[in-house]
Amino acid sequence: MGRALDGWLLAQTLRDPGGTVALGAEAWTALLAIARAEQMIGTLAWRLNGLTVPPSVAHILADARASAEQGRVAALWEAEAARRVLVPLGVRVVLLKGTAFVAAGLHAGQGRSIGDLDILVPRAALDAVEAALLEAGWEWVKPDPYDDAYYRQWMHELPPLIHRDRDRMIDVHHTILPLTARITPDAGALLADAVELKPGLWALSPNDMLAHAAAHLFADGDLAGGMRNLWDVHCLIAEFGTDGLAGRAAQHGLSREVGRALRLAAALYGEGARLTPADRLYLRRLTARDGWGRATRPFTRMAFYIRSHWLRMPPAMLARHLWTKWRKG
Amino acid sequence: MRHVFQVRIGPVGFRIGSDWRAPIAQLEALYAAYPKPVDGVPDFTVRLFAARSWRRVVRPAVMIGGDYVLPEAAPLPLAQGLLAAEMGMNLQMALGQRHFLLLHAAVVERDGQALILTGVSGAGKSTLAALLSLRGWRLMGDEFALLDPATGLLHAFPRLVSLKNASVATVAAEVPVDRLGPVLEGTPKGTIRHLVPDAAALAGMDVPARPALILFPSFGYESATRDVAQSEVFVRLTQASTNYVAMGERGFDALTGLVQGVPARAIDYPDTDGAIALVEAAWAAR
Repeated sequence: MGRALDGWLLAQTLRDPGGTVALGAEAWTALLAIARAEQMIGTLAWRLNGLTVPPSVAHILADARASAEQGRVAALWEAEAARRVLVPLGVRVVLLKGTAFVAAGLHAGQGRSIGDLDILVPRAALDAVEAALLEAGWEWVKPDPYDDAYYRQWMHELPPLIHRDRDRMIDVHHTILPLTARITPDAGALLADAVELKPGLWALSPNDMLAHAAAHLFADGDLAGGMRNLWDVHCLIAEFGTDGLAGRAAQHGLSREVGRALRLAAALYGEGARLTPADRLYLRRLTARDGWGRATRPFTRMAFYIRSHWLRMPPAMLARHLWTKWRKG
Repeated sequence: MRHVFQVRIGPVGFRIGSDWRAPIAQLEALYAAYPKPVDGVPDFTVRLFAARSWRRVVRPAVMIGGDYVLPEAAPLPLAQGLLAAEMGMNLQMALGQRHFLLLHAAVVERDGQALILTGVSGAGKSTLAALLSLRGWRLMGDEFALLDPATGLLHAFPRLVSLKNASVATVAAEVPVDRLGPVLEGTPKGTIRHLVPDAAALAGMDVPARPALILFPSFGYESATRDVAQSEVFVRLTQASTNYVAMGERGFDALTGLVQGVPARAIDYPDTDGAIALVEAAWAAR
């Protein structure tokens, strides 16, 4: 393919799996390392399924598919465990991100690595949900009083809980962006338009899944895991199209973010897009890996890291937060 | 990375990159007789790197990275770079291996049948495996038993044998010095010296074997042997496995198949001669 060995190698392979016939041993090795670093080895393995690849690669990809399948089973079981505890409360439990994709059988879920269980519940039900989870064996992860208070006052989710037997984390959200962010998505609409997957378990509507992915990428985090999130976006658009997306994004105040997500997903995995100079900077950050799976472009990364905090909170609050964190070391 | 070494150990290929030449030179010497990864594409990547660029030179400290990492791993001094490489390779297996069910165990083979030696750290797995390999057994590995869920066979993973503390002298007395690595003093596990597996172990690294006996050795007791119930074997082996949970149903099926098909005994031994005698007796009585 004649590309540098960075995140673009993975993006191009996902876009055009047939192009792998041109890869030599060094490029294959780099591709696997980059896919693992981006937590996309399962996605890659499914995308290349059925193609002729070197035997050693076939072997590695078969293991990755089996591993992703086990991850899917475990994620669905974790969702089921939460459902059993929360059904008596009579509130909508909306699965988010990877678990929602596999529960709904979406293309974005195929081979996807899934870590924590992320759910969205009405803010008014937060105390009851927390109490029910604690009762059923979930425990606090962050014993630090500052962190705990910070989460409760300013975040869009409870402090993370972990199940004492299964060692799996649950993030209970009541909206999709921190309360300190400048954008306030319409959490009521997210819940109201959710789709029931099975009794007691819901998923966001496809347009809200896209809005959530965009919000997470461009209005919250430092773009870590961005290649995977944009693959989600690419798959969701391929599966559901973009009808009504612009209006929905505007309703959440996420027009800019959703527009950028569409352009960058198209640039990486689709037919390309007209990119702004800022888009190119984002892509530079998103593809910052080398053939050893190492994070590269430290200045770009640092810039986006600082930006993520800048987006999350007003300046005075940011200064106070960083000061408190720094003193605690 | 600046310095690179690739190697295949049994069914698993590794790529080790390093900011320093020294650990790579040691790997090249000790793994000289090993093959390279199939198709030139390794299964796992290990990285030995300096946390800050100036730490390459000033009090060099080796950080261990790779495809799979533990977040809180502490760096090692450059003099222990070889150990860092070995730990990095073990870590990739422990966290990333999904083809085989991994048991923390030594394995030796005779007449096509495999003996699994497992137990807590310090039970003497590596020492016994090394000594048995000097007495007619084929060494299949001193760290991980690789159980194939599809066939029930054990695959060899004959990496360098990691001798620790008192066992360094015990084994060194019986092998030529060119099969021994440098003495690594003051490591987190005490003194370590690596032993290169013998020609039979390397020649047979692609030959799997059917498990025939599981032994749980314990060092420091009067000689004794007892049968171990299947329920206890199962629980102890789940604890000895690094990927049992991640393997899901395949792991459960593989492990129950092993436990139900293979006898298990615990042996207590006061010294190495006693241990060898107990192993041979248990093998004859299996």
